[in-house]
Amino acid sequence: MSHMKKEMIKFLLFTAAVIITPLFFSGGYLMNVLVFVGINTMLAIALNLLLGFAGQISLGHAAFFGLGSYISGVLTATHGFDPWLAMLIAAIATFLMAFLLGFPILKLKGHYLAMATLGFGIIVYISLNETVGLTGGPSGLSGIPNLQISSLLFDNDVKNFYLIWTFALVTILLSTNLANSRIGRALRAIHDSEIAARVMGVNASFLKVQIFALSALISAVAGSLYAHTMTFISPASFGFNFSVELVTMVVIGGLGSIYGSLLGAALLTLLPEFLRTFQDYDIIVYGLLLIVMTMFMPGGLVRGIPGLFGALLPKRMEGGGENA
Amino acid sequence: MDIGSLAANGFSWYMMQHQSAQGDSTSALTLSSVKAVSMNFSHQIVQYLLSGFSTGAIYSLIGLGFAIIYNSTGIINFAQGEFVMLGGMLTYFFLTVAGIPLFASIILSVIIATATGVIFERLAIRPLRNATPLSLVIITIGGSIFIRGIAMLVWGKDTHAIPMFSGTEPLFLAGATILPQHLWIFGITILIIVINKLYFYYSISGKAMRACSYNRNAASLVGIDVRRMVLFSFAISSAMGSVAGMIAAPLTMTSYDVGVMLGLKGFCAAIIGGMSSGIGTVLGGLILGVLESLGAGLLSSGYKDAIAFIILLLILFIRPRGIFRKAETERV
Repeated sequence: MSHMKKEMIKFLLFTAAVIITPLFFSGGYLMNVLVFVGINTMLAIALNLLLGFAGQISLGHAAFFGLGSYISGVLTATHGFDPWLAMLIAAIATFLMAFLLGFPILKLKGHYLAMATLGFGIIVYISLNETVGLTGGPSGLSGIPNLQISSLLFDNDVKNFYLIWTFALVTILLSTNLANSRIGRALRAIHDSEIAARVMGVNASFLKVQIFALSALISAVAGSLYAHTMTFISPASFGFNFSVELVTMVVIGGLGSIYGSLLGAALLTLLPEFLRTFQDYDIIVYGLLLIVMTMFMPGGLVRGIPGLFGALLPKRMEGGGENA
Repeated sequence: MDIGSLAANGFSWYMMQHQSAQGDSTSALTLSSVKAVSMNFSHQIVQYLLSGFSTGAIYSLIGLGFAIIYNSTGIINFAQGEFVMLGGMLTYFFLTVAGIPLFASIILSVIIATATGVIFERLAIRPLRNATPLSLVIITIGGSIFIRGIAMLVWGKDTHAIPMFSGTEPLFLAGATILPQHLWIFGITILIIVINKLYFYYSISGKAMRACSYNRNAASLVGIDVRRMVLFSFAISSAMGSVAGMIAAPLTMTSYDVGVMLGLKGFCAAIIGGMSSGIGTVLGGLILGVLESLGAGLLSSGYKDAIAFIILLLILFIRPRGIFRKAETERV
């Protein structure tokens, strides 16, 4: 129980930090970037549930993000649905699609699973580009309305910040609870050895499909939020590169750590903004950072940063021991 | 231009050249419609098969690169596509910009691409002895972004054309048009596959590499330097990738970002072939190329890239370990 209490305190502290953040950056360009950090945090956590906990790779998660965005976008911009209703439909539809896809796709393992999810992502990406009549094709879909609660219209960065981060915080809370539940332990058992987990009575294949569908659902909600805050979407945001970027966020943050995903998402969203001063060089720096981070912090930021301190401390203690 | 144009068959390429040479749109139009009518359905199929085989040959070479590295290290090298890009771009640079003769350009390009592969292995792969497969995947993705970024800085974002190796005068075969470049592709691919086979079965280092692919620990116990074999596998794969890139470039044009899709298609070919570094992957590449070409020609060219991945998903759902590999039992 004390573990759960610690988690709760961590969560409340973080929530407080989120609430006061706009007081410092209000109105600035950084506010807009922080909105993206929130969306990417949801996506990274969604993928982490699958990748970090259940140990199943997906190189096509941008597809679920894109499906959520486009279902929301098309229903509201073209068919005049209420944004909240559209968001609900997008979430349910994506969940069902992932659920049905999950059965055949999660029978695959390792590189075969990576390739199959990657293929799915590319098929969705190409479909978004080619169904011009429905999605507007490569030039994108515009005129998506903002979300609204009675008279409160989410039309500026500060309002969007609170909207997105409410969803992100709920995602963090739910995932933390899930990770510490019986299901979370079963997922980690699958991660370590699927066969051993089966022997212990875990319905591994069904559990994997469920977590895959849940992960898709969170991604779709993030997609809807993205569509309604940006009011314009185009397929370019949902390609293979973004899927890779999501995996990178999870791995750099730390596999199986919820706050690690938050760190990873924040780093990878903020980094390009700072690298923009390098102009075209940013992609090179980005690639190098990926390599260097993975080489020197294989456990991710959450384990790497304490590890750096840890590496310094025991040395001194060892030195002391030798002297004595 | 993306690799979509690789499936654009010799015929349409010929027409394109012809039209631009004419400079008169109306006469070019009548010419193309006459040609289109005279080309009947079976000729069309032969044409699609031919261009499918040439695309497939390229995919095979890239896929073999994936398989060779995978078998000796267990790593999926997502940077493989970048060596393909380097092959095309370096050849463009030496041939068109520096004006060096074709043969010398090819040799220089292969050497530089291979050196890049070796440096990549030394700096990014070798230092990580106990890394998880996932972090190795991330590292190779980081490497591919890095190489692509450098290429973008050096050569810019434009698409570049490379002249055909031996002229543009098309040959006619069973009613289909075939360019000399297609013959180059077939010839070089077959040559590489044969050399590959000879190397792996009749040379000491080739046999050592096969031993590594069966069991790395056992191989090192009998005195094989596994780390050197890993280095070899990266050298061979990057050399093969760059050759694939340079023989395809005259048909497809080339730019700094062609490596992504080509790499993925090569990976597809290797997966269909069950990650074998032999005939399985070659067949995988050919099947992929032909189905893609038929799909693009008969169904829709916009969905061409999707077709390849739909086929891949179907194959994986039905035969999860590729079509050319027997089922394996997993050891616990």
